[in-house]
Parts: sequence; structure tokens; C-alpha cells
Amino acid sequence: MKHLIPECEALKARLPQGFESTLVLPCLRRVQEERGYVADGDIDALAQYLGVPRVQIEEVLSFYTQFRRQPIGRWHLQACHNVSCSLRGAGSLLDRLRERLGIEPGQTTPDGRFTLSTVECLGSCGTAPVLVVNEVYHESMTPEKLDALLEGLE
Amino acid sequence: MSGGKLITGFAVTATSHTLGEYRARGGYQALERALLGMKPEEVTGEITASGLQGRGGAAFPVGRKWSVIRPDDGETHYLCANADEGEPGTFKDRWVLENAPHLLLEAMLIASYALGVRHSFVYIRGEFDLAYRRLAGAVEEAYGAGLFGKDIFGSGFSCDVFVVRGAGSYVCGEASALITSIEGKKGYPRNRPPRLTVRGLYQKPTVINNVETLANIPWIIAHGAQAYRTFGTTKSPGTRLVSVSGHVTRPGVYEVEHGYPVGRFIHEDCGGVLGGRALKAVIPGGISTKVLTASEIEPHRLGHFGDCEDRRVLPQSAGIPHLEPLVFEGESLQAAGSSLGSGGMIVIAEGTCMVRVLQVMLRFYHHESCGQCTPCREGMGWLHRIVDRIVSGRGRPEDVDRLYEISRANDGTTICGLGDAAGYATVGILDKFRCEFEYFIAHGRSRYDGCLECLGSS
Ligand SMILES: Cc1cc2nc3c(=O)[nH]c(=O)nc-3n(C[C@H](O)[C@H](O)[C@H](O)COP(=O)(O)O)c2cc1C
Ligand code: SF4
Ligand code: FES
Repeated sequence: MKHLIPECEALKARLPQGFESTLVLPCLRRVQEERGYVADGDIDALAQYLGVPRVQIEEVLSFYTQFRRQPIGRWHLQACHNVSCSLRGAGSLLDRLRERLGIEPGQTTPDGRFTLSTVECLGSCGTAPVLVVNEVYHESMTPEKLDALLEGLE
Repeated sequence: MSGGKLITGFAVTATSHTLGEYRARGGYQALERALLGMKPEEVTGEITASGLQGRGGAAFPVGRKWSVIRPDDGETHYLCANADEGEPGTFKDRWVLENAPHLLLEAMLIASYALGVRHSFVYIRGEFDLAYRRLAGAVEEAYGAGLFGKDIFGSGFSCDVFVVRGAGSYVCGEASALITSIEGKKGYPRNRPPRLTVRGLYQKPTVINNVETLANIPWIIAHGAQAYRTFGTTKSPGTRLVSVSGHVTRPGVYEVEHGYPVGRFIHEDCGGVLGGRALKAVIPGGISTKVLTASEIEPHRLGHFGDCEDRRVLPQSAGIPHLEPLVFEGESLQAAGSSLGSGGMIVIAEGTCMVRVLQVMLRFYHHESCGQCTPCREGMGWLHRIVDRIVSGRGRPEDVDRLYEISRANDGTTICGLGDAAGYATVGILDKFRCEFEYFIAHGRSRYDGCLECLGSS
């Protein structure tokens, strides 16, 4: 966390005074981008830097589904299973993912390559079904596109 | 064609989102006009006169919300653009963020000027990737060109903008939860009153508007409220961004003038139902709005009957010509018992199992309930478990009544609209497709093939 402080300081330029607490989410995002998850030490450092209670940061980490306290696989496959994606084949896509990876949503392959998750509507319903790989949207997915995609992920 | 284009009326290219091209289309001229030629109250007056209503779901009049704020009362005021876009079926704000981010920024500057706002915020959902990068890029371009910061256009008006990314929570799109989230806390909605325009972000008066709502503002300031009112209908002026998905041939974001017939929109503009199937139902404005049957959309063609039992009996040609087709307008949808909501339209083809559709919805609401209110926290779990049980073939005859009871217990007893919405959505499906639930319970299986996917889809 400490080496990110200059970057976080820069964010303050466009915020009103006294908005340190607003930096909780942006800072946690940056920490997670670097480490892949948020470690105990990060929480302490952030609480100290922003002057917010540690418990507030812990509550944030458990409330928002995008934050993680544990490392996950190299490739995070997130399949939307909300209504529009389900109407366009999210179910078969998930079945194929289960079959190809041999894991259930919420699990990571033993080799640490893939973590599979189901997520709610990602605002990509017009190009359903959607699969997000790490940060990137893969839209209008088909089993064939999925197979090709998985081949390319080391 | 679905009418005038106030937001999407330009060709989308690889560079049409940039500042240079936005300016070449006349961008930021409305801002200049407001800053140099209008008083803040005049800007709000123009917006009030335009009749613009919120596009985030509740259709609240923008002028009425803004008028609570006195721009020169010496207080600190804040503006937040709601770019959380979490309502399932909705992806129109994403279109604006990806293709016209400067339109949002110009609108925020105009609104900030009208409301006496020095610091403004965009709260964008955490999963958005390209939309975020486009927006962040546009913010830097705008700062670079002196459009944010101090003394904009030499007018003496100064304004900053800060983009906060969410982190995966549907309820944070609710205005008060959004504020708590910008304050760096877990996104619990707050009890009202006080209204957010009285006590909002960090306890200061705050206006929150949806991205699409704001995107209408530069046009209104550039052309005037009267010109705006020539689009749409008297009660619903202007256009709507409708995001269409589901069993439809050409899904996507369409700008539709209020008053345009919904049936014609689906059959002509969107290319009709996938695989040439008949239309079964439409969720008109995000899953929190009540489902409508095909005959409610086109009663003049199909005849008007309430639920699926009737549909089996009546021939589809039993149209009643004097009945009015449903049109894109608040009142028309209200009369049909639903709403335009967030503009997220989901098209459902004949043969789709509505029990399964409800199961997906309830899994979502259960997952997203923040847990503060007992009826919502417990109710969502119950609803979800009952429908799961029906789908697993172990439904009980009393389950349908139980679903009704639990849904109604939520109405008006919760802090935010999530609990209500889940109840409405459930009641909407039960009212119109009760027989499918009864069939599922009696036979232990779906009346259809049980698939949600429209087989034969491309
Ligand atoms: C559970 C819930 C989720 C919501 N999500 C959103 C959202 O993602 N985007 C949005 O603009 N409004 C959302 N709203 C509506 C907001 O509370 C608020 O009414 C809206 O942002 C106000 O802007 P408008 O008046 O311009 O529509 C949500 C409301 C509820 C109850
Ligand atoms: S209605 Fe549900 S989501 Fe809204 S505050 Fe209550 S528990 Fe939370
Ligand atoms: S339902 Fe999957 S992106 Fe909207």
C-alpha cells in the first residue's frame, strides 16, 4: 500500500477537503489491481493513511463483491447469469465452463490457472451472453468462441 | 423509424467519443451559452420548462429536484451522476459513457453551474471497463482544455469532477446508497426524510441524476425548452434510450421518441422475435418493472386478455380494433400496470418458462439485498427458496399464495426500493402466468421445455 501513497495523494487535488474517506474504494481497487487481493497489512496501512477506522475498511471489503481477501486464479472467468444472458444461452455457457475446467462457480482450478464465478447483469445484455475475463468483456459468447478463448489463456 | 434523435444523432466511429469530434459536432457550446449568457436560476428554469423527467427509473421531474437547491445560499452543494447502471436488462448509460462521454461531462458542468456546485462526482459501476476508460480519458481531455478546474471560459465559475468506481453492488445504484458508497462505506441505503437535496453527500445538499437524464441537458440549453417539447408527448417530452435484449433479432440501444408504439418498435425496429417465434411477454424497463403480455402490448391486434390460460383458449386473431396499442410513455405504461423504468426492455419468446425467469430474478434480488430491513432480507430468501423448490419439482399447492403474501409484505415496509421492486416483479409474473406455476407444481416439471434460451437462436 505504502508505495501507492503518492498516487493517492494526486487524487486529492480534485476532491474537496475532508474527503479522505472517499478514497477508501479507489485505494482498495489500486491495491487489489497490484496484489490481486487485499491483505491484512494493506488494511492497516490504508486505515492509517486515510485516518478512517479499520472496521470501515473491513465492512467495505465484505460488502462489495469485487473485493477479495484471498488470491485467485490467473484468469478470473466471470459469467453473467442474469435474465437477458440466460435468455441467450448463459446456462449452456456455464455448463461448458464447468465441464472444460472441472470446477464449480466459486472455485479455482488446482493448477491456479482459472477461477470461475457467476455474476449479475453487467450491462452487456444486448450482446449476451457475456463472459468477463479479468477485466475484459467477451460479448455474444458461443461455445465455439469459448473454446477458442480458453486455448489462448496460459 | 422511432423518431427524433437528441442523444444518439451522430455516426459512431473509432474516434467519435473524443473531445475534438465532440466539439466539431457543436459540443460544449451549450455550456458556453449557459456560463456566459444565463443566470443559474435561468438554467434551472429552462430545465423545468422542458418537462425533462429522470431516466434512472422513477421518472422524477428534474426541474423539481433541482429547484430545491438555492445556488447562492452560501452552502456547499454536490452533484453526482449515477452511472451505476445495475438494473438487469439496462445498458443505455454504457452507450453514453462509451460513445459520448463529453456529453455527460458538459451536462454535469451545466448542472453544476445551475446548482452552485464546486465539486461533482460520477459514480460508475465497478465492472465497466471500456466505459470507465472512455470516461476517464474524457475527463483528462476536458481538464486539459480548461473545461474543468478554475474560471471556466473566463466566467469566474470553477468546477471539478471526480470519478468513483463502484465495486460490485446493485443497491449502490440507489441514490442514498450511492452517496454512502462515495463516502467510502458499505453501500447501505438511508432512510428518508431528509431528502438528499436537503442532506446528501457528507450531509450537504446533493443532486443525483442518471447519466441519460443529464445527457439531455446540453440539447435543452442549446435549443430551448420549447424546442425540446416538440419531441415526444405532452406528458412525456423528449426521447428515451431503450436498451433491448432477450429473444429479439436486433438487440441494442435505440433512441425512441415518447409516444412510439412498443409493438411496432419490437417487430419493425428490432427485427421481431428471434427465430420468428411469437411474442410471449416483455419486461419493459428493467426486471423491476412489471412484465407485460403480448396482448397488453398490442390489444388492437391480439385482443386483450390477462393471463396464459386465456391465451390458450382465445384465437390470437381476436383483436379488438378500438383498443389502443401500448406506447412509450409513462402514462401508457402506468395504465397497463407497469412503467418505463430504466428503459431496459427484455423480450421473451413464446415457449419460455416464466417460472424459470422468476427464479433467475429472485436469485438476483436475494443476492443483492443489503440486509438492513427484515422484510427484504428475509423475504428475498423465502421467495427465492420457494421458487427454487418449485423448479426442483417439489412445489406445494400453497406456494403461489405464499409468494403473493411475501411479496406484498415488502410493499412500503423497506428503506429503499429494492424490496418493493422485487415484490412487484414477482406479483407481475404471478398475475399473468399463474397457470404456469400451478402446472409446474402439479406435474413437477415445466409446461414448456424448461429452457430459457430460445433454441434456434443464432
Ligand atoms: C435498488 C435500486 C437500484 C437503483 N439503481 C440505479 C442505477 O443503477 N442507475 C440509476 O440511474 N438509478 C438507479 N436507481 C434510481 C436512483 O435511486 C435514483 O432515483 C436516480 O438515480 C435518480 O436519477 P434520475 O432522477 O435522473 O432518474 C436505483 C434505485 C433502486 C431502488
Ligand atoms: S429494501 Fe432491501 S436493499 Fe433496500 S435497504 Fe432494505 S434490505 Fe437493503
Ligand atoms: S443480463 Fe447479462 S449482462 Fe445483463
